[in-house]
Amino acid sequence: MTPDFEALRKDFPILQRTVHGKRLVYLDSAATSQKPGVVLDAIRHFYETSNANVHRSVHTLGEEATALYEGARDRVARFVGAPRREGVIFTRGATEAINLVAASWGRSALKEGDEIVLTELEHHSNLIPWQLLAKERGARLVFIPVREGEVDLSALSRCVTRRSRLIAVTALSNALGGITPLAPFREAAQAAGALFFVDAAQAVPHLPVDFGRIGCDFLAFSGHKMLGPNGIGVLVARPELLESMPPFMGGGEMIREVWTDQATWNRLPWKFEAGTPPVSEAVGLAAAIDYLEGIGMEAIRTHGAALAGGAAGALSSIKGVTLYGPKENKERGPLVSFNCEGIHPHDLAAALDQEGIAIRAGHHCAQPLMRTLGIAGTARASFYLYNNAGDLKAFVEGVAKAADLLRSLRS
Amino acid sequence: MIGYGEQILDHYRRPRNEGSLPAPDIWHEDVNPLCGDRVRIEIQLGAGERVAAARFRSDGCILCQGASSILTERITGLTLGAIEALPAADFLGSLQADLKPNRVQCVLLPLDVLRAGIATYRRGVSP
Repeated sequence: MTPDFEALRKDFPILQRTVHGKRLVYLDSAATSQKPGVVLDAIRHFYETSNANVHRSVHTLGEEATALYEGARDRVARFVGAPRREGVIFTRGATEAINLVAASWGRSALKEGDEIVLTELEHHSNLIPWQLLAKERGARLVFIPVREGEVDLSALSRCVTRRSRLIAVTALSNALGGITPLAPFREAAQAAGALFFVDAAQAVPHLPVDFGRIGCDFLAFSGHKMLGPNGIGVLVARPELLESMPPFMGGGEMIREVWTDQATWNRLPWKFEAGTPPVSEAVGLAAAIDYLEGIGMEAIRTHGAALAGGAAGALSSIKGVTLYGPKENKERGPLVSFNCEGIHPHDLAAALDQEGIAIRAGHHCAQPLMRTLGIAGTARASFYLYNNAGDLKAFVEGVAKAADLLRSLRS
Repeated sequence: MIGYGEQILDHYRRPRNEGSLPAPDIWHEDVNPLCGDRVRIEIQLGAGERVAAARFRSDGCILCQGASSILTERITGLTLGAIEALPAADFLGSLQADLKPNRVQCVLLPLDVLRAGIATYRRGVSP
């Protein structure tokens, strides 16, 4: 049965508000998603009834908080098909998850002359950690080029060699909206004996993602882009790999025994969770996953892609609009990236804001990609399960009106 | 409309001092890391370190282009010392625009670029 996307809008309190006297049309979910009441309630309920620090408290609240936190880990593991709960590490976000692997695996395993393969699509968070690592270890970054808005798979065999140690790729481009076919990357990594890292910050909120089916070694995502709270992200990894990696951050929780001059490490997953973890955030994330699964990830994918496809089609009929990203007949994620000739994306976003429409404008943390495309930035509208046909209509009419208005300012 | 103010819109429509100089004494270029906007400012000095001519190139939004034009017009005839003493808040206030915090850097980028150029010139190294 198709979920009632129109009815679920009432689950999101923020959609009731107005902006500049207009109905809020929120089209910036690729930056962060809005939160349903059940997520906010879960966090509040945790603080009102079970708040305590986890793992070392013997008292009732400590036991409850620990059960909720570890229960959230099991929930995440089931949601993304993690092989074992030991391979699910809570971090502050996808960025920290990537940094964890770069710092822990990278510093211990990478040698001079080794190569890390990325794509030109990558968000800075899946570029800079590897850049820092490569500089430190004398390794080299190799980039698979982007052609016609998508990763050029024909360059894979040239870019992945016996020097490749890791391939890190986004599953869904935050800047252009293309969905990366992951199987060719997995096969290339396996053939080269390299590890395979998937940045799923945009994919996990919007499509069914299964760690085992992808066949990757690492997968990272953030809670706040998938209806959950800020301050929590996840690294899913093969536990055997995590066993062989040194700790990332030091502190409480990640240790087994400590002396003044040395220490031994806790078991997985806690070896990689130094300090008090994001407990209420994990509780909120688990509630978000319950909510998403209640709707169904396949239906969410279809809904977002339909809105983004509708937006792309309507925008292409507006004079002077250039679309970036996947071509019409290709599968796309729930976002559309574009420019209006002679109009700076920031001015467009500011004009749309006057209509209550929130879009993103700029380089989308993908400066190398923007340079490749020969532009400073784009305007981006990103959709989620709470957007509807009314939002799409308001957006398209808003762009046409804003473009006319901004052009009129020049003369 | 969108609170940019008439002055900025006027300079956006009819930019003053857009372009480059054949042999500038000071030149500098930088980007706004938030959005990727890019501004280049060039200065020709006259006697007493007075700005004889100023030019800009701005690959940016209306605010960034307008503010670049206004800035080059305003500093022409001023000494470098006077420019260095110009508080950013005064420049911002003089634009008569209703700017949200996230857009303030759009108009301050040209001033930052100018100051960085002057600082390099002061250090006596070629930019």
